[in-house]
Amino acid sequence: MANFFPKWTNWLPLKLVICLGTVGGALLAGVWYYFTPKYTRVGYQPDQPVPFSHKIHVEQLGMDCRYCHSFVEVASHSNVPTTQTCITCHGSGKVQSDNPKLTAVVNSWESGNPVQWNRIHQVPDYAYFNHAVHVNRGVSCYSCHGDVSAMEVVYQHEPQSMAWCLECHRAPENHLRPPEEVFNMKWKPVASVSQQDIGKAFRKEWDVNPPTTCGGCHR
Amino acid sequence: MSDTTATLDPATIRANEEVTRKPLVLNQRTMGWISNYVSSIVEAKTPLWWYIAMGVTVPMMLMCFGCLAYLISTGVGVWGNNHPVAWAWDITNFVFWIGIGHAGTLISAILFLTRQKWRTSINRAAEAMTLFAVVCAGIYPALHVGRVWMAWFLAPVPNNMAIWPNFRSPLLWDVFAVSTYFTVSVLFWYTGLIPDLATLRDRCTTKLKKFFYGIAALGWRGGNRQWRHYEMAYLVLAGLSTPLVLSVHSVVSFDFATSVVPGWHTTIFPPYFVAGAIFGGFAMVLTLMIPAAWIWPALKDLITPGHVDKMCKIILLTGSIVGYAYLMELFIAWYGANPYERAAFWYRATGVGAREFYWPMMFCNVIVPQLFWFRWCRYNWIAVWILVQFPNAGMWYERFVIIGTTLQHDFLPSAWQLFHPTWVDICTFIGTFGLFMTLFLLFIRFLPMICMFEVKAVLPEADPHYGEGGDREALPELPSGSEEY
Repeated sequence: MANFFPKWTNWLPLKLVICLGTVGGALLAGVWYYFTPKYTRVGYQPDQPVPFSHKIHVEQLGMDCRYCHSFVEVASHSNVPTTQTCITCHGSGKVQSDNPKLTAVVNSWESGNPVQWNRIHQVPDYAYFNHAVHVNRGVSCYSCHGDVSAMEVVYQHEPQSMAWCLECHRAPENHLRPPEEVFNMKWKPVASVSQQDIGKAFRKEWDVNPPTTCGGCHR
Repeated sequence: MSDTTATLDPATIRANEEVTRKPLVLNQRTMGWISNYVSSIVEAKTPLWWYIAMGVTVPMMLMCFGCLAYLISTGVGVWGNNHPVAWAWDITNFVFWIGIGHAGTLISAILFLTRQKWRTSINRAAEAMTLFAVVCAGIYPALHVGRVWMAWFLAPVPNNMAIWPNFRSPLLWDVFAVSTYFTVSVLFWYTGLIPDLATLRDRCTTKLKKFFYGIAALGWRGGNRQWRHYEMAYLVLAGLSTPLVLSVHSVVSFDFATSVVPGWHTTIFPPYFVAGAIFGGFAMVLTLMIPAAWIWPALKDLITPGHVDKMCKIILLTGSIVGYAYLMELFIAWYGANPYERAAFWYRATGVGAREFYWPMMFCNVIVPQLFWFRWCRYNWIAVWILVQFPNAGMWYERFVIIGTTLQHDFLPSAWQLFHPTWVDICTFIGTFGLFMTLFLLFIRFLPMICMFEVKAVLPEADPHYGEGGDREALPELPSGSEEY
């Protein structure tokens, strides 16, 4: 029987595998890079108009989160501080008022336009999230934002994807802590008691039953 | 035998003739003729009618794609679906097409396992029809989710949402059932094609054709071991497909039966849907095969009046089962004394759309197939072709009655609302016929529409004892004046 295929087809399968592998790999990488939502990208750290250092303000000076993010305990939204809040310390003739790094704050104070901070954490519009209910029930800032007190410039520390939310909603005892330690970024359970025991005890005591059905967040 | 016939009375002679199996291939066609003739359909110059037919179906198909592009770019609201008829033409047409896709697997799998040799000349085209119908059906569930790029949510793959689809939902079972059915049907169809593709490859006159048919034939040489593997693979696939014939449309019916909507929540749905699917599927097989035999007249030696007769009988049987189911639904609605169910069926039979959909459904699916009790109706192909158009239409009416009229009249009178299709609904549906017919035209142009090697196996010559005498066999003499290829 004569050959069905010409000689050049001997290498065709290998060529096809290489070609399709390259195209498929590029496609996969492209989708992975471009289709992954920005707001679940850990390490996202945009340049800010003012290189505000949480490390200086919290770790060195010992300020509380709530001095600036003042509504976090009472509102669903945790506010980014207004210029007025900055000016309480950095106003004319006060702390570092002539530091060029604060130009944007000074300009904002003089013009009345807010500082254009770049947003890092973004909850999608179709997900309902309430800061107050979390921090009042022993979920620390740390659990969602990482150790902000050690950050020179804030970056995204956790993926904040749906899977990540559900990981805690399905087993909150892994993250609950005493309410007085919610704003303490450096808190660790004392060596003799495990996080599990503390979390379970608080969960029972406060009747923490986070929703895991669709309607809990997608209202 | 012939010396005894003189002493028998005419009734006994007739009875003897009846029990003698009629030959499955007429005019004493030989093995060589079958290969030559079936291959010649593919190898001949493309006939003019084929271009004309494609000139009609391809624009229809493009209209379907255009409508789908419009739907994706604009939103699912371009369809007429709205509360309370959230499932409308999309699911009606899905069930319609998936039902048509049932005859192929029944012919290829169940009739294979039950050794029904008459399946051999129709199984290839019926399976192809199945695949193309499932392609048309698959469009609807994928696109009616609204955001089609989210359709992968239906598949149970690990994802960044840490959730699975609801395994207790029949809508998910539907995804599995239809995708399994399509996969197994493709494998079954393609496995059966391999020896015939090799035949075409070996007959090719141009290098290019030889190259492509050579790839498609997957190196088939017709060796003994290859045939052994082939037979085993085909048997295993037939075994796998057989439960699918029953499961796919049962699962489709669960979409309705497991809900609490009056008129849907009944246990009769799975068998009733399966019977209806086979009913509609065979009607579509006849709709396609009879014109094929008109176009290539010698195909009538392979697709004989006996084949059409058997298919008509299956339509009669399944049509009667469907009719029984319709009447039993009505009876249970009355006897069950559930006021909501009673109201639902009363509305179907007397409410808005009863004259346009319910009674035409009854006429097409219950009354018309009863004509196949008459032998004349089964043997006159023009009559057969006209009669099977009624099940084709009737099965669409049935799905619309189940979905459209039931949903527009649910629990709350304040929510009652009629469904009206938009131009996108209508054009998409017409377009799916274009897609279906385009695929079928491509199939008959480029692939052998009759399974050559299986038909050869049902010839008398294929019997190892052929030629040793016997009253049932005819000598392989060509009839005078028959075409010689």
